[in-house]
Order: sequence, then structure tokens, then C-alpha cells
Amino acid sequence: MTTLTLSATSTPTSTQPSRNLLRDIRIVMTRELKPVLRDPFSLLFGMIQPLIFLALFGPLLSGSMGGTFGDGVWQWFVPSILVMTTLFGTSTTGANLLFEFQTGAHERMLVTPLSRSSLLIGRALKEMVPLFGQAVIVIAVMTPFAFDLHLGGALIGLALLAVFGVGLGSFSYALAIAVRKQDWMFWVVQQTFLFPLMILSGMLLPLETGPGWMRVASKFNPLSYVVDAERTLFSGDVLSSAVLWGWVAAIVTAALGLTVGIRAMLRSAD
Amino acid sequence: MSVVETLTEGEIVISTRALTRDFVVSRTETVHAVRGISLHVEPGELVAVLGPNGAGKTTTLRMLTTLITPTSGTATVAGFDVTTQPSQVRRRIGYVGQGNGAGHSQRVGDELVGQGVIYGLDRRTAKLRAGELLEALELKDLAQRKVSDLSGGQRRRLDVAMGLVHAPSLLFLDEPSTGLDPQNRANLWDHILRMREQYAMTIVLTTHYLDEADSMAERVVVVDHGEVIADDTADGLKATLAGDRLAVTVAPGNITRLSELAGKLPGAREVIAVGDEVSVRVADGPAALPELVAAAQRGGVPIAAAQVHRPTLDDVFLNLTGRSLREDSNGKAAR
Ligand SMILES: Nc1ncnc2c1ncn2[C@@H]1O[C@H](COP(=O)(O)OP(=O)(O)OP(=O)(O)O)[C@@H](O)[C@H]1O
Ligand SMILES: [Mg+2]
Repeated sequence: MTTLTLSATSTPTSTQPSRNLLRDIRIVMTRELKPVLRDPFSLLFGMIQPLIFLALFGPLLSGSMGGTFGDGVWQWFVPSILVMTTLFGTSTTGANLLFEFQTGAHERMLVTPLSRSSLLIGRALKEMVPLFGQAVIVIAVMTPFAFDLHLGGALIGLALLAVFGVGLGSFSYALAIAVRKQDWMFWVVQQTFLFPLMILSGMLLPLETGPGWMRVASKFNPLSYVVDAERTLFSGDVLSSAVLWGWVAAIVTAALGLTVGIRAMLRSAD
Repeated sequence: MSVVETLTEGEIVISTRALTRDFVVSRTETVHAVRGISLHVEPGELVAVLGPNGAGKTTTLRMLTTLITPTSGTATVAGFDVTTQPSQVRRRIGYVGQGNGAGHSQRVGDELVGQGVIYGLDRRTAKLRAGELLEALELKDLAQRKVSDLSGGQRRRLDVAMGLVHAPSLLFLDEPSTGLDPQNRANLWDHILRMREQYAMTIVLTTHYLDEADSMAERVVVVDHGEVIADDTADGLKATLAGDRLAVTVAPGNITRLSELAGKLPGAREVIAVGDEVSVRVADGPAALPELVAAAQRGGVPIAAAQVHRPTLDDVFLNLTGRSLREDSNGKAAR
């Protein structure tokens, strides 16, 4: 048996009058990133999925409607895949929190002095990291295949996606908190929203050939603006109004998501 | 030196008045989980809260640790009101909940160090302390493991380690030793008690292990159906609420005679004759037994065998509620 004597130290930050929100956010974000970085294999695997989709869906797309695309199917489809990766990755992230509700890990965090909002913001911000990694891999693999990389536009495109992803991730966490007592509801609601959003954004198939009501509906879908903005940016056109609308959609999504998410987090103990 | 603000000596660490908590389960059903608990805990006390499943132990702890708000009543913890100043309370306490506090996809060491950092330790100190706790709770070889790969008992020890890493001056433990084998239980208690000494900790814990409450806690609070039904030292509870029991065997013909004599003992209660044995409850068994033997000898009743049974906390609970805590282990308390 060993003797336990914990190191006595001078009280470092002990009499801190108020806690620093940024420090709290960094702590939460670091904790969330640890499993991702510690397990690079799962990270790698997560990044291969979009490539598989790209490899299987891309050729079909160009085969069936090759004529519709001006400067090549990849130029049209690679931005779609990036948005799709964001959509899938961030909308499911609430499931991790749901699991922490069940084990008691979230309860443990709620009793610590970490501010409630940092618990949400830190988690939401961490979404950017795997998202960025996946995007870089997709771009790196696709650039040799008839995909023109415009670096400036691509970087702005990734920044826009990151902001949008933070918003979507927040919504996903808010959903997880709302349904924590009936956890099966999480996937029902997530799927119910995911597919209409995806199809009505023109992400996978162009809506120009679809019925009129679909085109009208897509105007109310924030994702449409993000998809348009990404395509415009990845074609190197940084100053188009589509880009501006994309930013508006992303920022509004992030602001709403964070608001809803933080409010949910404040009431997540009961 | 503790990271969290230390408490002033003499101050009441926990003070609750008529604390209640209802859960609205459905439109027609409301669970009264806690019904008016008033509790005062002084610095340095080690209080065990004992009660059957569903008695309201966890709910009480969750109110005291600011996780849920009371339906009515007030609670001051570490000098601050749990409802109006929850963040002040959180900074001064540690909590090991009934569930597992470590994230399943995390590594053992990361979670422990992270917990220290959350409470304001610098990374170096947090690492040092985490290392010491891992060593002490025999988790050292598991530091690099994922939490999901630990056994139940290993996970529980990690939970307690996380509760101790910032050496809080007030620590709440909800069934800390559940799922541990006897050796690890003893080891865990060793370290909890040692840290308590070193940091002048006040500890409030819940347990189902009667022997644990009996031997570790100086004070036992018995809770049933959301109410405190007894609150004293373990010995005090046993003396006032159960008492010792004498069991004396005689020849069958002498049973009535011996029962009479037993009834005359000071403070004698519950004289029961079964077969050739008479049993009687008395306040002080070791003193009453020679007295009964002498009286029997004077009365010409030869005694074949005699025993003193010291009461357990289960006897206390049985006397208070008419139910045994032991029989309760596989379900909710009978309502
Ligand atoms: N979130 C909740 N919603 C509804 N009812 C609850 C909730 N939490 C607890 N209860 C009910 O409140 C009562 C007290 O529960 P509590 O968890 O405090 O018991 P306990 O004494 O900790 O029991 P155990 O020994 O099983 O841990 C139980 O009847 C339980 O069903
Ligand atoms: Mg409990």
C-alpha cells in the first residue's frame, strides 16, 4: 500500500475573484479535442469517408447530368462534399454529449466552476478542427483531378464553413440537451432535419432542373446560401454577392445556434 | 494547502432548512423525493447518509451541489446559498456523483489532470497530484488507458480520484465505494481518511454499506422517504434506537420464570420467548447480563447458555421503520 500525500503548493489561482470565460472555453475545447487527437486512426477514417462518397457519387453525377456543369463536375461537387462533411459531422456531435449525460461525465462538469456557457462554446468551437482536417484532405486529394484550387477563395471558404459548423454543432448540442430524457429522439429529429436541408440546398443535385416549389423552398434554407457561397469561393470569385449571402447565412446560424445552445446548457442539470 | 478557498473554523459548512424537492413525472404523478430536510454540518465532520434505494440521498446531494434547485426550503453550503450563489458554492466543493464522472472516450490520466486544471491548478501541479492519486488508488498502470476500457471498480476509483485531485475543503461522495472489492474499498477509505486529515476536509457521503457507515463516519444521518428519521453517532443510534439484546437459554420448564426476571431488568424491552430461549432488549448488554444471571441463580433457574448481541445499524433502521435495509438491496423501498 502506498502513502498518499498530495503535493502541497502555494494556492496558485485560488483566490481568483472571477473566472475567465476564455480560459474555461479553452479547457473545454482541449478536453473535447483530446480523444480526437489521441486516436488519429479514427480521425483518418473520418476523413476518408467523404473521399469514398466523392469517388462513388461524383462519376454518377457527371455521367447522368454531365452537360449541366460548365467548368466540370468536380469544380461543382467538391465544395458540396465539404459542406456535406460539415453537415454530417456537426449535426451528429450532440450524440457525444448525450452519452456524457448517461454516464455522469456531464454532471461532473456541471459541478465544477466552469461556466455553463463555456461548456457549450468550447464544444462547438472544437467542431472546427476535424472539419478543417477533412477539408484539407479532400482538397489535397482532388486537386490533381481536374479541380482548380484557388487558394484565397478556398481559405475563405473554409473559414465560412467553420463559422457555419459552430452554429450547426450548437444546434446539435441543444437538441441533445432537449431530448436527454428520451435519447432515441435525437436521431429521429436529426434525420428529419438533415435530409430536407441537404436536398433543398442543391448540394447533391442541382435544383435548377427541379420543380418550382423546391426552388422556392431552397430560398428559405440557409444551407443553400452556404453551398452557393462555397462554390463561388472555390471557383476563385471572392467578391461575388453570393459570398456575402453565404456569410450572412453562416453568421446568423452561428449566432442563433450559440444562443439556443447556451440557453439549453444553462438548464441542462435538471 | 487547498486550491479552493478554505473555510473558517467554527463556521457551519452546510445548513439546510426544510429542503424539499418534487419531481413532476407526469401530469398525474409527482414524486416527493425530498420532504423537508434540515441538516447542519460543521467543519471537519464526516457524515454518512444512510437510507434505502429511492430514499432521496442523491437528490439531496444534487441540491447541495447546485445541480438542481430545491422546490422549497433553503440551503447554505460553504457559506453561500445554493440557489442564488451557485458559482460561489461550486468553487468551494468537490463532488463524486453516483454515475461515472470520466468521459468514456478520454484517457484516464487526461481526465484526472484536466479536472485539476478546471479547478485552477497549474498544469504542473495538476500532473503531480494526478500522479500521486493514480499511484495511491492503484491506477498508475492504467493512466494511458481509455476510460471505456476500465473495469467498473477501476472506473469508480478514478471517479473518487477526480473528486480528490483539487483537495476540496468540502467533499460530497455519492456511494463512493459501490462496486469495489474489499481490498480496494479498504484502500480507498484509507486514502479518503488520510486526505481528510491532511486538508481538514468536511465529507458528506452516502452509502449502502452499513458496516462502512458504522466504522468510518462519526455521524450517521438515516433518511427514508425523503425525510431524516435519525441523526446521531452510530453508537448513539444503536443505544437509543436499538439497544443490546440478551439471549439466554434455559430448560423448557423455566421459560416463563426467566421471562419475568428478564422483564425486571432496568430498561428492558421486547421480552420474547422462543423455544428454550428468552431474548430481551436492554440499553447496556454487558452490564445487564451478569445481573440477569445472578437473579436467575437466586430464583433457582439454572441457565444453560447466555449471549449479548450488539446491535447493528440495520437493527436501528428496522426499529425505526419496521423494514430491514438488507432486504432492500434488490429494489425500491416499499412505499
Ligand atoms: N430526475 C428525476 N425525475 C423523476 N424522479 C426522480 C428523479 N430523480 C430522482 N427521482 C425519484 O426521487 C426519489 C429519490 O431518488 P434518489 O435518486 O434521490 O434516491 P437515492 O436515495 O439516491 O436512491 P439510491 O440508493 O437508489 O441511489 C426516487 O423515487 C426517484 O425515483
Ligand atoms: Mg442515489
